[in-house]
Amino acid sequence: MEKLIEDLKKEIVNKLRLENIQWDDIVTDDPLFVEGLGLDSIDALELMLILEKKYGIKINSIEDGKKVLYSIKTIAEFITANK
Amino acid sequence: MIKTIKSYCSIKNNKVIINGRVDPPISIDGPLDSYLNEIYRSKQLNYPKYFKMDNLCKLAFLTGELLKMEDNLFGINQTEIGIVISNSTGSLDTDLKFNSSIEDRQNYFPSPAIFVYTLPNIMIGELCIRHKLMGENAFFISKEFNPKIICDYINILFDCERLQGCITGWVDVNENNHNCILFLVKKEELNTGQIIFNENTILKLNNGEF
Repeated sequence: MEKLIEDLKKEIVNKLRLENIQWDDIVTDDPLFVEGLGLDSIDALELMLILEKKYGIKINSIEDGKKVLYSIKTIAEFITANK
Repeated sequence: MIKTIKSYCSIKNNKVIINGRVDPPISIDGPLDSYLNEIYRSKQLNYPKYFKMDNLCKLAFLTGELLKMEDNLFGINQTEIGIVISNSTGSLDTDLKFNSSIEDRQNYFPSPAIFVYTLPNIMIGELCIRHKLMGENAFFISKEFNPKIICDYINILFDCERLQGCITGWVDVNENNHNCILFLVKKEELNTGQIIFNENTILKLNNGEF
């Protein structure tokens, strides 16, 4: 799980072009949207693309999306449970 | 009252010019993106969303920042500041990048972050968000910089009392060139030393002849 969390943080910083943020600055439990990293709706779509492209997992509903994309931790748990 | 050009800024041919003053040159060997990022850093700007923009938006954003440093738009009601921009290629630079990213049907993952910039109006949206502008806006595509279209349209907006200020100009990006000039037009009392807003003036400023 630790390795997956590290990979996710690096992938998010790189793919979402978070230029002024280091991957290890991201707090695993912090919300990704609005607070925390302050991601927006386009970022949410990019995150879903990362899940699909890199991990071969799809999020099937908006409700699931809200829960899964809440934090790095919830994304890592979702990947672990569905891989 | 007359319409004047309060400020103008350009970024073209690797040269930044602000109200006629040439900025110290930035020499970067590499793609346009690297050059623009260096301008961003040299001006000590802080707007994280900048890094998500395509080159067209980055170019307009940076020029808009320089313009605002010269002449703060505050003082005019934000609903009365418009934006009228034109170019020759729309968002073709990003359209082509997006297209090449989805050519492989076996690896078909269209990126929303790239797709969102496949409209030139997005550039206007980015400027409106950044400067909280809520006035009229328009985007025109013409083969080359056309002062008549710009002046006619802006004069109508001013004359029917829709605007008190307007950001206008030309923002164009393609694989080999970047060319951006933005003017801030305002209504003012007639005074000495003003640059009058008309076709001839913006053509001269665009050609670097002023």
